[in-house]
Amino acid sequence: MSTELLSQASKQDEPVNPHRRHMLKASGLAIAFLWLGGTGTAAAMISARRQPGDTAAAMADGNPPFVPNAFIRIDSEGPVRLVMPTVEMGQGIYTGCCMLLAEELGVGLDQIKVEHSPASDELYGIPLLGGQITGGSTSTRGTWSVLREAGAVARSMLVSAAGVKWHVDPSTCTVERGVVHHVPSGRSLTFNQLAVDAGKLPMPDKVQLTDPKDFKLIGKPMRRVDSEDKIKGATQFGIDVRMPGMKVATVMACPTFNGKLASVDDKAARKIPGVVDVLRLDDAVAVVGEHFWAAKKGLEALVIDWNRGENANLTTQQLRDAIADTARNGKGIVARNDGDRPQGTVVQSEYQSPMLAHATMEPMNCTVHVTANQCEIWVGSQVPMRAVQEAAKITGLPEGKVLLHQQYLGGGFGRRLETDYVEQAVAFAKQVPYPLKVVWTREEDIRHDRMRPMYHDVISAVVDANGLPVWYGYRTSGGTVLARFAPGAMGKDGLDGDAVECVVELPYDIPKGHVEWMRHDMPPGIVVGWWRGVGPTHNLFVVESFIDELAHHAGKDPLEYRRSLVQKNARALGVLNLAAEKIGWGGQPLPARVGRGIALGEPFGSHVCAIVEVEVTPQGEVRLRKAVAAIDCGIAVNPGSIEAQIQGGLLFGLSAAMYSGLTLKNGAVEQSNFNDYRVLRINESPMVEVHRVINAEAPGGIGEVGTAIAAPALANAIFAATGVRLYKLPVDRDLLVQGPDALKSVVSATTHERRDIA
Amino acid sequence: MVSLSINGQTYPVDVPDDMPLLWVLRDVIGLTGTKFGCGIAQCGACTVHLDGQAVRSCVLPVGTIGNRAITTIEAVGNTPSGQKIQQAWLDVDVVQCGYCQSGQIMAAAALLAHTPNPNDADIDAAMSGNLCRCATYVRIRAAIKQAATGKAELQQTIVSMPEGAAS
Repeated sequence: MSTELLSQASKQDEPVNPHRRHMLKASGLAIAFLWLGGTGTAAAMISARRQPGDTAAAMADGNPPFVPNAFIRIDSEGPVRLVMPTVEMGQGIYTGCCMLLAEELGVGLDQIKVEHSPASDELYGIPLLGGQITGGSTSTRGTWSVLREAGAVARSMLVSAAGVKWHVDPSTCTVERGVVHHVPSGRSLTFNQLAVDAGKLPMPDKVQLTDPKDFKLIGKPMRRVDSEDKIKGATQFGIDVRMPGMKVATVMACPTFNGKLASVDDKAARKIPGVVDVLRLDDAVAVVGEHFWAAKKGLEALVIDWNRGENANLTTQQLRDAIADTARNGKGIVARNDGDRPQGTVVQSEYQSPMLAHATMEPMNCTVHVTANQCEIWVGSQVPMRAVQEAAKITGLPEGKVLLHQQYLGGGFGRRLETDYVEQAVAFAKQVPYPLKVVWTREEDIRHDRMRPMYHDVISAVVDANGLPVWYGYRTSGGTVLARFAPGAMGKDGLDGDAVECVVELPYDIPKGHVEWMRHDMPPGIVVGWWRGVGPTHNLFVVESFIDELAHHAGKDPLEYRRSLVQKNARALGVLNLAAEKIGWGGQPLPARVGRGIALGEPFGSHVCAIVEVEVTPQGEVRLRKAVAAIDCGIAVNPGSIEAQIQGGLLFGLSAAMYSGLTLKNGAVEQSNFNDYRVLRINESPMVEVHRVINAEAPGGIGEVGTAIAAPALANAIFAATGVRLYKLPVDRDLLVQGPDALKSVVSATTHERRDIA
Repeated sequence: MVSLSINGQTYPVDVPDDMPLLWVLRDVIGLTGTKFGCGIAQCGACTVHLDGQAVRSCVLPVGTIGNRAITTIEAVGNTPSGQKIQQAWLDVDVVQCGYCQSGQIMAAAALLAHTPNPNDADIDAAMSGNLCRCATYVRIRAAIKQAATGKAELQQTIVSMPEGAAS
């Protein structure tokens, strides 16, 4: 199906048929979301020609004279306003979307004003996801065609309006930077001047898209449209919302999962100056203050009695034991089956991945004002319509009376695909007459994340005389996000497609395989969520660590071994060779306990190879020396954003693999803040080079690709440096100590230092 | 009543002495550019300048500030080092989600003011207290060097004219 997009991209001289829907190659999270059948969401897709349908929508966008679609608003004066179908959480998609629209419309990025979209599946639904959802690295793939077409529709109408006015053939007019020119007669009109007339014209059925060789914006490293405000502290994130009469609350939910509030004594809290109210839900308490500090002091002064519930004694080890048993003995749902395992030498390993927090820099927050007949919400959300629907249920108001004002997101990583923090804020806010801003402390944010599930996987292969695999087997066990998030998207026999993404299909030429998923639900109350890179992040760690094991087993160089398996896969071979060349694989010998690890994968419709170079100290500390990534994501909209996303995404994945894991004790998350939920800092961060394979293939995903490929490259590098294979994340430094003497030297160094101080 | 000198203006505020400056800035005065990230001086999102020194405002009680001058992200562009840092941040397009960047820029501006030509070790020392979950660290490092030397470190962004015009 990607070929259709490709042909469209490469045959720009053909007019676009507005009634043809472009099916995109689904991968990553998107596979999971293809639940269009039966739920009526087929209509919930962005269109180059659909306009806000009612007066309210028109008034909400300032009722501009020219609104050819839901993305472009042109007034009689001022900048062209571009409305973003997806949300901006750092991935640079506002810039990408603006480039697509502006390229075809004919305006510079310095001539536009960017606006968040209102909540509407009908106007802003992403086909791959069946709704107005930003996730799964689908935004460029889902908007690449339609936003260019939307820009071209608007441009065509503006030019037609000028043609009518001047009584000239529109084809004799040109457009440049928001001005239509008729060169033969020397006349010009701005988009602003043409807006009223253009707004009265019918939609063109067919429009001509720009030939890629004539792109002025697409393919150039354009500055992000949100940079200027962000460097001045002028960007409004959800947490920055302020309004007259607003109060600020901070909350504590029951530390155990599914626990309830038994009682709360708030006498001391209410005496604290600035404390306004103490509010209760059945599983949480909020203290409302004139400002966050009063609310926090108030919260600390509460005497709360929790009913810790059924999970009161739960530990991580119990969860691990149960999931390991499922992985080894559970009955699987088959995702791929090419017949029984053939005879031959079997190699088998087990891998474990931990629960993870998202820890977005902006803690969860949501501002809500509930009145008798309306609920207004100010929030940064990856799922605005789902937030509206939940708020409607809680308030009893119709969805049309819930007004959501989208904000910039201080990080998403999948956390803001959830609506729990919105639901909680609405439930508190409906108890009070004033606008209420609910801000979670970092501790609450870590302890009540919708965490990335833990996994336990058994991977095996049958290898031939040369050590090459002729069959692979994969038994993966974990919780399912999809079954809760979009039950209709579950596959045949109840298969969660996300759980086996990037393992059902490998880049490698391995003739046969058997892949099955053992669903292993967490105890009630432990809700697992999407985490950057979703299924591929976990599966690629296992598969690519194991491919490295097979190379070692065969006595081959990991690069050569992979090369021999991707001879028929040109794009995989391309990124593998590019990364190897750029890091100088096989060149100068590396120092002792320094090693390089390769990982290769094809997540989210892109092709990526990462090579990480580490040094492991005799004491087992891992230093990231360097990372090189080669990416083939097809056509590049903004190469600057691609570099940034691969760099940041890779480091995000390395951060988790190096340090992160949530653990439970007495039914509660043990970590609480950045002191004990450690994440990567600049002094620990290596240089990351990003190299791109340039071609005209259809665009692939970018935001999660670096993250998904990070952990195996790290684990393989550590193996190369130490000979220790890591079967469990995060990195366990105890396993990497060179010998007992190494730690003795640390002890003596520490003692010596103490003596100096004394 | 506490009187604070912020960005060259005097603000009398009626708040408890132990209230951290962060919340006075954000919730009382309305300067929301300074961010809340952790509340325990672990992430640096709340970094401001106190007489030119980078400090974590989330753990700085307003009662201890006295008449020292507070500079926030909203006004750091008026200082020579802040101006250079912000321009370099734009030129190499450091930001992603942007939430931590106020703190990053404040820390980097203080670094540059005291160490006009920072090396990698200086950058590590000054910037390791500022977390970025988008992990913009590669560009932060490059932008600080670019701000210091005026020499382009990485690919520079295009704003629009002349190369990025749309026609």
